Amino acid sequence: MTQSPATPPPLYAPREPIFPRRVKGTYRTLKWWIMGVTLAIYYLTPWIRWDRGPNLPDQAVLVDLAGRRFYFLWIEIWPHEFYFVAGLLIMAGLGLFLFTSALGRVWCGYTCPQTVWTDLFILVERWIEGDRNARVRLWNAEWSFTKFRLRMTKWIVWFFIALATGGAWVFYFADAPTLARDLVTFDAPLVAYSTILILTATTFVFGGFMREQVCNYMCPWPRIQAAMMDESTLTVAYRHWRGEPRGKHMKAEDADQRGDCIDCMACVNVCPAGIDIRDGQQMECITCALCIDACDEVMERIGKPRGLIDYLALSDEEAETNGAPPRPIWQHVLRPRTMLYTAMWSLIGVALVYALFIRSDIDLTVEPVRNPQFVTLSDGSVRNAYTLRIRNLTAEPREFRVMLTSEDILRIDVESDGAVANHVTVPANETLQARVYVIARSQDPAADAETTDLRLWVEDVETDDRAGVATIFNGKG
Amino acid sequence: MADENKDIDQVTGTDTTGHEWDGIKELNNPLPRWWLWTFYGTVAWGLAYTIAYPAWPLVNSATQGLLGYSTRAEVAERIAEVDARNAEVSERLAAADLSTLAPDDPAHRFGVAGGASVFLANCSQCHGQGAAGVQAAGYPNLLDDAWLWGGTLEEIEYTVRHGIRNETDPDARWSEMPAFGDILSDEEIGQTVEYVLAISGQEHDAAMAEQGMVWFEEQCSACHGVNGEGDRLQGAPTLNDAIWLYGGDRETLTETVTYSRFGVMPAWGERLDEYEIKAVTLYLHQLGGGE
Repeated sequence: MTQSPATPPPLYAPREPIFPRRVKGTYRTLKWWIMGVTLAIYYLTPWIRWDRGPNLPDQAVLVDLAGRRFYFLWIEIWPHEFYFVAGLLIMAGLGLFLFTSALGRVWCGYTCPQTVWTDLFILVERWIEGDRNARVRLWNAEWSFTKFRLRMTKWIVWFFIALATGGAWVFYFADAPTLARDLVTFDAPLVAYSTILILTATTFVFGGFMREQVCNYMCPWPRIQAAMMDESTLTVAYRHWRGEPRGKHMKAEDADQRGDCIDCMACVNVCPAGIDIRDGQQMECITCALCIDACDEVMERIGKPRGLIDYLALSDEEAETNGAPPRPIWQHVLRPRTMLYTAMWSLIGVALVYALFIRSDIDLTVEPVRNPQFVTLSDGSVRNAYTLRIRNLTAEPREFRVMLTSEDILRIDVESDGAVANHVTVPANETLQARVYVIARSQDPAADAETTDLRLWVEDVETDDRAGVATIFNGKG
Repeated sequence: MADENKDIDQVTGTDTTGHEWDGIKELNNPLPRWWLWTFYGTVAWGLAYTIAYPAWPLVNSATQGLLGYSTRAEVAERIAEVDARNAEVSERLAAADLSTLAPDDPAHRFGVAGGASVFLANCSQCHGQGAAGVQAAGYPNLLDDAWLWGGTLEEIEYTVRHGIRNETDPDARWSEMPAFGDILSDEEIGQTVEYVLAISGQEHDAAMAEQGMVWFEEQCSACHGVNGEGDRLQGAPTLNDAIWLYGGDRETLTETVTYSRFGVMPAWGERLDEYEIKAVTLYLHQLGGGE
């Protein structure tokens, strides 16, 4: 279009304020419980203690970035085992696929931090400023002392929730009691304060002011969900065939021809996303199910069956419109698609648990020195050098014997701080770097061969546990 | 423009931009206000940034920015910080006697780690990054157990500090092999070379070597020893082992005997700090050949 329209569309649109009304019901109760449990997990986890002995931290869940360790209960992850974290992330992704294909945006509606904290902020808002009607009145009112007092009270409470949220995050990265004391006495590192500041600000703004805009404009999940859902996915929907034509019920008038929807707007008034579920599935809908509770309340009051708004699949909606019975819930949940997701999810889970159980508490990596590939000594023998990294994944110092096995004759010589007769001691929970020389005498075949296979081993002197790595000896050939 | 020309989307009742891909049209929805503000904010930030910090390219340089920030100055500051942090240990290393410095002394560890950097920056150009030397150019391999001037900490430190055959340091290690092309005939040189091949355990012509032994004892043994065992006081290489500075084959040996060699190493005492000399000495000593 080359010509501009007579009335150009507005460049920007301000946010339409939303004032969700209080609602009671099954899903609201469920959501209160989930909110309580998830918030408790978030705030309390860093304070759980877990005894690992004198050499290791006693925090149950600790991401020790400086020490490059991740502690989770009895599991300790080293950087070279990051695949465990990658596996968990893949499981989280597949789990999200599974839940979305079965139950739509159930993550968004119940457990997403944005939803949980927004819910908490709305709870505070309602507690201080009153329910929907009072809040609408306050919004439209001129600035007065009362309005100022209510707003300030609300913002202060929000601020403290935000501060607690940002504050709890940093405890996952350091010993919580020590850090808490340092934070109060201003001895904590700057990064702790800046992290708290940023997370406090984002919590305050996202939970208090941005709310559904975070879901609509910032989060990619609402867009991805379309690809994850199909016509059998259970999601919050309006029984169009039952509700329409909607309208106010008047006893004398054609009540028989009207649908069950009395157009009371209860579902719209409780919606935290500010949409009308009766318009069908929408990008903005986070399937929080509060409209179900609101509508059920009304249906009961006017003596109609519950479930005008309900968890419903598109295929059900179609079937019911044509008079067929809806499919039972288990048929929606147990489908090849969801079972495939479950299988993949379980497979990775089992693989991770398996990897966890078979993993050794010794780890050896061998880096052959290749500049130069070999050194000729004055008696004509040929020497190769290797850098060994020996990781002691236990809480006790361990003494290791360094050995080699090969089909040819080779001699080993360990050069490292404190190495005695090819024995090295690795401190608890640390990596020791040792240089190892392998020597072939001039008359041995390995000296003149191009390469000779060998395997370097470390063996615990006490337990005989060992780890070996195959490598190559370079000769003159 | 009349309204009928507008392309209104039926479902949403929104105007479209007129862009269409495979029948999918782009709705012309207004931007969220907060988004637009954020966008303007980033523009303002960007402008302020280019004024405050070095940014706009000019012909020979760039605008310096009002804050006077420079990455080069920051790096210099960081280096000064690190130097200050290491001052104590580097002073300790500079004052230390290497032969009595314990391997678990912090100054020793600092020396080995720092010596690697000193080596890479100053020595690797000739001796190679891996310190294996370059035989074709006569740069010695520092990893093996053969040393021209000695491989103890003290001897290595002396060599690093004063260098070899340089004009700048009167205490430089010095020795000079005559060019025997002026002294012996080609045949005599050939016989001497066969003898050197013999004492180093290589393939040789026994008859020539027998004659060569005479020339060797007469001309070479004063420095290289009767059996070719060399002499570290004069930097005379050992000839009866498997290690050669320039090469141990017949052709290279002939060249060496005829024209002689004159390898030079700078005196690093003039260029490096005291602790750097000691650091690189410690580093070299633990590479596998130290005595």
